[in-house]
Amino acid sequence: MNPAVSLRRIGLPRLLVHLSVLLICLLWLVPTFGLLVTSFREPQQIASSGWWTALTGSSQTSAVRLADAATARQGGANFIISGSVFTEGQQGQVQSFGTRVAAPSEFPAGQTADLGEGESLTVNEDGSYTYIKNAPFGGDRGKRIYLTTATPPSFTTENYRTVLTSQGIGQSFINSLTVAIPSTIIPILISAFAAYALSWMEFPGRGLIIALIIGLMVVPLQMSLIPLLKMYNDVGAFFGLPSRSYVGVWLAHSAFGMPLAIYLLRNYIAGLPKEIIESARVDGASDFEIFLKIVLPLSFPALASFSIFQFLWTWNDLLVAMVFLGTGKDQLVLTGALNALLGSMGGKWEILSASAFVTIIVPIAVFFGLQRYLVRGLLAGSVKGG
Amino acid sequence: MTGVTLKEIRKAYGQIRVLHGIDLEITQGEFVVFVGPSGCGKSTLLRMIAGLESITSGEMFIDGQMVNGVPPSKRGIAMVFQSYALYPHMTVYDNMAFGMRIAHESKEEIDRRVRAAADILQLTAYLDRLPKALSGGQRQRVAIGRAICRDPKVFLFDEPLSNLDAALRVATRIEIAKLKEQMPDTTMIYVTHDQVEAMTLADRIVVLSAGRIEQVGPPLELYERPKNLFVARFIGSPAMNIIPATVAETGEATTITLGGGRTVRVPIRTGASEKGKSVSFGVRPEDLSPASGEDYLLEGNVLLVEALGEVTLVYLEGKPGQEPLIAKMPGTLHVKKGDAVRFSADPAKLHLFDDAGQTYR
Amino acid sequence: MISQLVSAVGVVIAGVFVCALYYWFSDKLLQLVFPVREGDVRGASINLNRRAAVRPWLFLGPALILLGVYLVYPVIATFILSFYDRSGTAFVGAANYSWAVSDAQFRQSILNNILWLAVVPAACTFFGLVIAVLTDRIWWGNIAKSLIFMPMAISFVGASVIWKFVYEYRGGKETQIGLLNAIVQFFGGDPQVWISMPFWNNFFLMVILIWIQTGFAMVILSAALRGIPEETVEAAVIDGANGWQIFWKIMVPQVWGTIAVVWTTITILVLKVFDIVLTMTNGQWNTMVLANLMFDWMFRGGGDSGRAAVVALVIMAAVTPIMIWNIRQANQESGGR
Repeated sequence: MNPAVSLRRIGLPRLLVHLSVLLICLLWLVPTFGLLVTSFREPQQIASSGWWTALTGSSQTSAVRLADAATARQGGANFIISGSVFTEGQQGQVQSFGTRVAAPSEFPAGQTADLGEGESLTVNEDGSYTYIKNAPFGGDRGKRIYLTTATPPSFTTENYRTVLTSQGIGQSFINSLTVAIPSTIIPILISAFAAYALSWMEFPGRGLIIALIIGLMVVPLQMSLIPLLKMYNDVGAFFGLPSRSYVGVWLAHSAFGMPLAIYLLRNYIAGLPKEIIESARVDGASDFEIFLKIVLPLSFPALASFSIFQFLWTWNDLLVAMVFLGTGKDQLVLTGALNALLGSMGGKWEILSASAFVTIIVPIAVFFGLQRYLVRGLLAGSVKGG
Repeated sequence: MTGVTLKEIRKAYGQIRVLHGIDLEITQGEFVVFVGPSGCGKSTLLRMIAGLESITSGEMFIDGQMVNGVPPSKRGIAMVFQSYALYPHMTVYDNMAFGMRIAHESKEEIDRRVRAAADILQLTAYLDRLPKALSGGQRQRVAIGRAICRDPKVFLFDEPLSNLDAALRVATRIEIAKLKEQMPDTTMIYVTHDQVEAMTLADRIVVLSAGRIEQVGPPLELYERPKNLFVARFIGSPAMNIIPATVAETGEATTITLGGGRTVRVPIRTGASEKGKSVSFGVRPEDLSPASGEDYLLEGNVLLVEALGEVTLVYLEGKPGQEPLIAKMPGTLHVKKGDAVRFSADPAKLHLFDDAGQTYR
Repeated sequence: MISQLVSAVGVVIAGVFVCALYYWFSDKLLQLVFPVREGDVRGASINLNRRAAVRPWLFLGPALILLGVYLVYPVIATFILSFYDRSGTAFVGAANYSWAVSDAQFRQSILNNILWLAVVPAACTFFGLVIAVLTDRIWWGNIAKSLIFMPMAISFVGASVIWKFVYEYRGGKETQIGLLNAIVQFFGGDPQVWISMPFWNNFFLMVILIWIQTGFAMVILSAALRGIPEETVEAAVIDGANGWQIFWKIMVPQVWGTIAVVWTTITILVLKVFDIVLTMTNGQWNTMVLANLMFDWMFRGGGDSGRAAVVALVIMAAVTPIMIWNIRQANQESGGR
């Protein structure tokens, strides 16, 4: 189709909308994408050029020495040195070469350069060269020439191997899972039971407890840290246990997520049809059975969306883990490890970028896999306190 | 042996009193319908019988057993809810089997009873479906089937037809009537606000208003001999015409004076002390017939004519501040707005209520 | 590695199992204590009712205990600690409070927090609204939304690494590998050390939170915009309103409640912002905020629980009114639905 016609059909304002959304998306993606690309580059490349050059390949100017005079062989009246400018295993494409530092790319690849004094040099694209002189070569060292080489985009998974093994990120990954999974399931279980009791069971003080739990959403996490740390130390000292343990973190995460969990789940569970619950009651089900066999299956969407929140929150948390969990090798979580690397490996982007991607891969997978429930949960209770 | 007995049943939510002492005796195998306007407490009463609401005071017996404080499952009842209340995540079979599974019945017994109930309700083909794959009528049948499976002594229905469309409502009503015939020993209590359902299904109707029983009796008794003004107005459609009047003469037959000075002789006995009191005179729209000459009961100008084909409703201009009078004529009647018309009625079908709304007997 | 994985899985299963076991076991216990025998309706009813009376507390018990220990007790304890000295032993009256009022770093944190509060919620809500409106008009809008929403899943620390790389500065003649400096250089400017640039460095940190939270605002506002009755927009079109007028006079007023909820939710988040500042600057170069100040005092030189408690109380005092208003608003919103 004629582009002008299709343009008119789309309409200029419409095109503007498309373009601006595209621009915003790029703006939002570029930082992450940049780090992703970086995590797959060689360390020297990361340090020497921006990540945006990695996709197109870069051209570099470097100096090499040709083989020395001793390797020359005689061919007719001429002495010839030949070989490759690249060392073994090195790849690249020669674009141009030169013999003077002032003009490092004087001659295009493949052209025979007349260097005067009976010398001529040809450097081909594949790096092979022929250096000819009509008299024996002098000097001990090979001639210094300058090359402009194009390096094709080259990527490596070496950085990931490094961080997963030698930087303790692999261990931290397991630690993070050990923190996040129970910290997700335990509060869901506890708050689902509580939310059911607060929705469908009659007992004195129900309204008061609901108000209290919603009120607790205002308590900032930071508030709890000082007294809890003291308490953990006391409890640990009393029982002769380490004060920092996984159980401690699970319970802390569970408790901190609980007001929101109970609030969200209660909103949902209280909204289930009253007659279904009553019908089950007439059928002889106890509250325990009603909860297990009727309410739990019917609340799946709410449970799913809250568990996604809680999982993301516990996986991504730094503060609670820093305070309640040790920084030892078998307890440091990913966010903590990454934070530590930021301090100790400030400039080593190959380590930082790969570590960062190891930490965000799980939440991103969860995010794209379960986005539907995440959005539903957000809409159900847009009062995420954290 | 009695089915359900209620003694002085009261219900209050805090300060708000909903039921003010209900006394009722329902015999085994009876089909009783509770009717009344919304908010009269009929559903609350049913839910109290089911055990879903606590009893504030009074005593309730089911099958001779006092059931105050007995949880629903131990009362020998089954309930069909207005919204069907099917478990959406269970198949039809599982829905019907749920109660028996909770009670740890044997697998064979569960299967036998589910299949028997499905057979009665023609649900056998749908046993593996989820409720969302069923039509409204089928869902209602599953809800009934679930109740049948419990093999209850008392069957409770809470407005079971109100979520169905008109045609389906009639069909399901007939099915419920048939079901009753198949289960002659089962007591059924049915709550509705629809008097057609009440009239067609009930052995006895209980009319409730504002937390009190107005009248209990077989459908036609309520229609023909309402105990008070409320029942007279509530049963029958369109509602009974009520005209204020004054007693002129008492005796075996009573003569009353209507608003316009016209006197009517009603064959209802009144005591001499009633003379001069203001009363309400009532006649049903369908008991009126066109009259010619001077022998008429009511006259007036036509306000509106609604010709429905099978019947014609004629609205007469009432006195200022009064509702229009309605006459229901079989077939079509050729009158138009503004016409002066006269109606007469069989004297045996006239009603007279005292100033407290009670019927003269 | 494998053995670590196995032990981790074991620990996870055991932890969850213990928790589930509690509910199952407590219900069994309840049935044992109040038995129901077949045939005896009277006795069975009494015991069934007793079970029903006890059960809510079995269901609520773990939640109430956790909330009590982890949230209610700490609030009280923090309040008390704020009147004690650094080790929490000697009563010092209001000394910690007077310290806070006169401390330069505390004032700096308050100022920075106010700066964050002024910029981040407004920016997130504005971008969220604009993007919601734009993406609702195009066929690939949901893909675009997904991409913009994605940073929500990234941890603050991860986001900090991502942005630190954007802000990366190389001294001297070295090639700039940070995107921002490369762009500045491309347009002929001089590369800057962005995160230590006085005053403006705060904004470079805020960008990170805006980047993360705009998706949240967008999702909520997009749902609200879709909830606007089509008829009101059509009526406005018939009345001759143009797109701009429809947006500002018809659509925005109808989602005003939702905008308020989004705004306040982000405001609360901003008041507690911690990880970003910790990882980007650790509060250096005048970027300290309250949450970091508190954390700092908790551990600095062995910790000063009194001063940290004061800072925590200040955060809570700031959050409470907004949170109460937010919950009210949210309840109204859902009540209207």
